Amino acid sequence: MPAAKKPSNPPGGIAKCPTGIVGLDQITNGGLPRGRPALICGGAGCGKTLLGLEFVVRGATQFDEPGVFVSFEEMSDELVDNVRSLGFDLDDLVKRKKLAMDYVRLERSEIEESGDYDLEGLFVRLNHAIDSIKAKRVVLDTIETLFSGLSNTDVLRAELRRLFRWLKDKGVTAVITAEKGEGTLTRHGIEEYVSDCVIVLDHRIHDQLSTRRLRVVKYRGSAHGTNEYPFIIDEEGISVLPVTSVGLEHAATMARISSGVARLDTMLSGRGFFRGSSILVSGTAGTGKTSLACSFARATCQNGERCLFFAFEESPAQIMRNVRSVGIDLEPFVGGGLLRFHASRPSLYGLETHLAVMHKQIDAFKPSVVIIDPVTNMMTAGLARDARSVLLRLIDYLKGLQITVFMNSLTHDGNTIEQSEVEISSLIDTWLFVRDIELGGERNRGMYILKSRGMAHSNQIREFVLGRQGIELVDVYLGPAGVLTGSARIAQAAKEHALETAGRRDLKRQQAEMLSKRKAFEAQIAALQAQILAQDQATEHLVADTQANESRGHLERRAMALSRKADSGGGRTNGKESRK
Amino acid sequence: MTKKSPVRVKPAAAAASGCAWNLRLYVAGRTSKSVTAFENLKRICEEHLSGQYEIEIIDLIEHPQLAKGDQILALPTLVRRLPEPIKKIIGDLSNTQRVLVGLDLRPQA
Repeated sequence: MPAAKKPSNPPGGIAKCPTGIVGLDQITNGGLPRGRPALICGGAGCGKTLLGLEFVVRGATQFDEPGVFVSFEEMSDELVDNVRSLGFDLDDLVKRKKLAMDYVRLERSEIEESGDYDLEGLFVRLNHAIDSIKAKRVVLDTIETLFSGLSNTDVLRAELRRLFRWLKDKGVTAVITAEKGEGTLTRHGIEEYVSDCVIVLDHRIHDQLSTRRLRVVKYRGSAHGTNEYPFIIDEEGISVLPVTSVGLEHAATMARISSGVARLDTMLSGRGFFRGSSILVSGTAGTGKTSLACSFARATCQNGERCLFFAFEESPAQIMRNVRSVGIDLEPFVGGGLLRFHASRPSLYGLETHLAVMHKQIDAFKPSVVIIDPVTNMMTAGLARDARSVLLRLIDYLKGLQITVFMNSLTHDGNTIEQSEVEISSLIDTWLFVRDIELGGERNRGMYILKSRGMAHSNQIREFVLGRQGIELVDVYLGPAGVLTGSARIAQAAKEHALETAGRRDLKRQQAEMLSKRKAFEAQIAALQAQILAQDQATEHLVADTQANESRGHLERRAMALSRKADSGGGRTNGKESRK
Repeated sequence: MTKKSPVRVKPAAAAASGCAWNLRLYVAGRTSKSVTAFENLKRICEEHLSGQYEIEIIDLIEHPQLAKGDQILALPTLVRRLPEPIKKIIGDLSNTQRVLVGLDLRPQA
């Protein structure tokens, strides 16, 4: 955490001293109570010494607050290595007067007690160390060992009480670690004297799997998270991961992200998954779930986005080799930094720790897609109920960040898949189902969408073909025997093709027949038209002949009349003639 | 007790014998416990180690940096530096028996 992020103290609240430990400051709303002692207790190996050490070292390096680390137990080499791997050079910090280390050794066998004493020597040493570097932070790890070194516990208790008061007066923020007792927070009940802030660390084993947890038992004058939070210790020190159900407030986007299989996108109303949604692919072994996941990963990386792949079953090399055979080459994306694999055995540690590790990886890599293959393996690492709670928190967390999560789920029995995952189905937005279809002595893969919230999606079963060019979804045929896949589908396709060809031939023949018929009709029409024309002409001739005959008869009659010298009709005829 | 350097109590006889016993008493200021411790120590030494001892008194109020070297925690602390091995006795030394056991002057009873 950079120093700029130093939380301001809430008005009216108590002042806080940030620890710089990821997540712890979040849970405690800013850190430990400033100027007061805080008690960190837990069993052996729970990480309390590392927490104390990180508190002073991060204080010195990140918050410019020098610190004193007083160890009452010999520090293990492992711890020193761990601190060195965090990038903190203790020797250098000591040299620069940012850190003072003091190792207080008390061996009962070497010491004889005679009469009254007090622990003023410790006060003197502490005071000297604090003043020499103007320390603001003090860690006493583990002061309870004094109880085994000194026999007069009455004196010891009185002196510890005085010490904690003195630390308060001195104005330093102190961390006091203590061993967990039987039924009590600390073996010697020193929580009685340190009551401002008590944090319990726990290292629980369930089914031989360990999970580290942290809980703020008490924080006087401040609100704090009361849950048990899983934490991890790795090469970056302690990370507390306050992964809780933050409620159902995450924004829903309409943006889509391609599944990497064009035909699947089509089935999901043409545009793929919703961004930030949760996708579950269920299926029995060998149905191509990992290939689907890799296809999605490739599409994401091709889009220039980052994808984080949690592999719980196969090593990254094996996954990449296997999907190369179906034409998906992921190596360039791994090399280019867009794709990151994180492979671990589910049995490596407990569920909470898995969650914590995933959380941390996601925080560090900031992917837009997270793939978990297979999520069912994670469930074997814990009880079903726990698994559901872990998944719920993971999905909530991812949704809050608008990260799309793609999970594979291995189902064991073809008949009960839907039932077996009822536990998590309510958390899933898009549920794809790949299954074997056995038909005609063949095993083929079928895929359908069980549900997809918020989008129109296809209800069709598609055959799912893994070819050299990747994943293809092919229409299946519905025959009398049900869905046809594989060779049966191909045979059916061939049959339909043959039928189609035959039909096409028929049509052509019919078309030709029609054409010739039409031609015949046209010829007939032409002949009739020719007849009509001939008849018309004949009629015309007839009319002309008749007229010619008529006029000739008239003339003849006139000539006859003239020759007979007829006057009655001749006069009228004359008149007509004269007008001409 | 002096201001700057540790107080050395060295009886004249001890100088000659080469100081077989080198004892250091750590205290913090002149408290009743430190005064009692010093008086008890001197008495025991005179009784048992007459002429062979040297007592160094270190006031940690003046020299806090010296507490680390001898792993001082409780006060007062008596450290037997010579003869070796180093022995430590804490308290105001009012229990003489335990002081003698602590200094290996009497077998453990």
